[in-house]
Amino acid sequence: MHIVVCVKQVPDTKIIKINPKTNTLDRRSAPAILNPYDAHAVQEAVKITKTLGKGTISVLSMGPPQAVAVIKKSIEIGADRGFLISDRAFAGADTLATSYALSKALERISKDMPVDLILCGKHAIDGDTGQVGPGIARRLDIPPVTNVIEVAEVNESEKTIVIKRKITNGYELIQAQIPCLLTVEKEINSIEYSPMPNMIKAARYEPVIWSVNDLEEVDRTQLGLKGSPTIVGKMFTPPKPEGGKRLEGNADEQIQQLMELLNDKKELFAGK
Amino acid sequence: MMDEYRGVWVFIEQNDGRIEGVSLELLGAGRRLADKLVVPLSGVLLGYEIKSLSREVISYGADQVYVIDHEVMKDYRTESYMKAVINLAEKYKPEIFLYGATSNGKDLASAVATDLSTGLTADTTMLDVEVEKRLLEASRPAFGGNIMATILCKKHRPQMATVRPKVMKAMEPDPDRHGEVIEEPITLKEDDMRTKVIKIVKDVTKKVNLAEAHVVVAGGKGMGDLQNFQLIHELADTIGATVGGTRDVVEAGWLPHEQQVGQTGETITPKIYFAIGISGAIQHVVGMKNSEFIIAINKDPQAPIFDVATYGIVGDALEIVPKLIKEFKEARERGGEMSYV
Repeated sequence: MHIVVCVKQVPDTKIIKINPKTNTLDRRSAPAILNPYDAHAVQEAVKITKTLGKGTISVLSMGPPQAVAVIKKSIEIGADRGFLISDRAFAGADTLATSYALSKALERISKDMPVDLILCGKHAIDGDTGQVGPGIARRLDIPPVTNVIEVAEVNESEKTIVIKRKITNGYELIQAQIPCLLTVEKEINSIEYSPMPNMIKAARYEPVIWSVNDLEEVDRTQLGLKGSPTIVGKMFTPPKPEGGKRLEGNADEQIQQLMELLNDKKELFAGK
Repeated sequence: MMDEYRGVWVFIEQNDGRIEGVSLELLGAGRRLADKLVVPLSGVLLGYEIKSLSREVISYGADQVYVIDHEVMKDYRTESYMKAVINLAEKYKPEIFLYGATSNGKDLASAVATDLSTGLTADTTMLDVEVEKRLLEASRPAFGGNIMATILCKKHRPQMATVRPKVMKAMEPDPDRHGEVIEEPITLKEDDMRTKVIKIVKDVTKKVNLAEAHVVVAGGKGMGDLQNFQLIHELADTIGATVGGTRDVVEAGWLPHEQQVGQTGETITPKIYFAIGISGAIQHVVGMKNSEFIIAINKDPQAPIFDVATYGIVGDALEIVPKLIKEFKEARERGGEMSYV
């Protein structure tokens, strides 16, 4: 079983600061991390190969040279090898152009070792779109299953996989043919502490780095900014709502006022 | 070539023969766009034995409903739904195509956009059109900042967007509205499908259902730590409310993800919303601003949450919340005054 996990380097949104003047991100303030959902995808690949007793886990990322860090992090979690596609030609890609570039890299990877399963995080925390995973599946013409919360069964000889997919009020159990692509939710597993040998391997590991010239049959008009149908038209601060009243006085006085207001609105508590 | 594309389409998501609320909301939003562009509004309805739902789609504003009623379409699957939608879009060429930002809606739209090689904007919260250029202006909160980004797709059609539930308004249904139902055949066979839905399990035991709660008590990182956050639970218990929280709180592990309110969590419209120790980042605000009565408690008088609050208290939540709990308990003991549950 050959599993490829697609991973992305993202700014840590928990730490990132907003410039109060421009209302935009101060990107320098945020350390770059492995997208948390992708970490769970790598962990799930480790779990699957452990259960099967064999398998190879490759990770694939697209980004600037410093994105090597998220591949090393994936090696720490338990991936075997990593590939980074890095080129100015990829820059400025929206989700459509991103899925194109990644699918070209996946084709190159599968030439040497056919891919059985592709795992992605549900979405990246910097864009929150969740569109790249299903896009890759379409380009490779394999079935996508999104919002996966459990891989219940992998049957290598039958080439099938049984998955729990989260839906609005519960889950559905889906059987899919292999190869297929899954996007995973965080609750699929918990990230385990990395064993020492993984840490040592990660520290020394140097992933394969491909430029656009290393990929085959690439239509350059579909890459990067050129290949992106969407553009950001404008950025704006949303019109501020009028805002409500501030209650006055000390804490006790404010609470008394609030209790009276709520008493007037007590029908709301009953949902009326 | 782009001139061939005309009309506004809405994907109608149905589960077990019931149309999702977001699809009705999108018919309302789509109606406004279609009227501005002077084109018809169409619904795309897929499923099995669901044809009768087209009346409802028309009553909520559609001029036309494209229906594919086939056994293969019984449960949502990317591969079958995608093929049906792509066939329709290639045949009838809509200029705008909207989907609810639900699990299935996002899944479907992502696949369709790839095959049609067109632009897709995720989790839109504002929609408009620039009539002269016939451009969809799909706006969403930009990552991290208190700022919105308008995404355009100038050279590709259809222009597609997924739209957050509960941010658009559905029209009052008019049962006398006229519309056309267009049934489309489909040639898919079950044997050709590479995925099968084995079973669907509804989680009826799920205690927390934020979407349906009348009263929500939500806490943010301003509560300080997990121990202090228990005050949020205590206040909620006292008044029979459901607990919600911000993304930070969920990331910190104080609450499970299903209790997250905001852009990547739930969008809710309860009758009463307490925002406690929540600064009011736009990602949170889009998920709760349409609540009927919003009470904000925050130390920082400049916190943007006060802009959306009906009433604001500037003060330390750790001082105010215990007092509020005491007041509510006393009010209940007095009886008759306020009935909470």
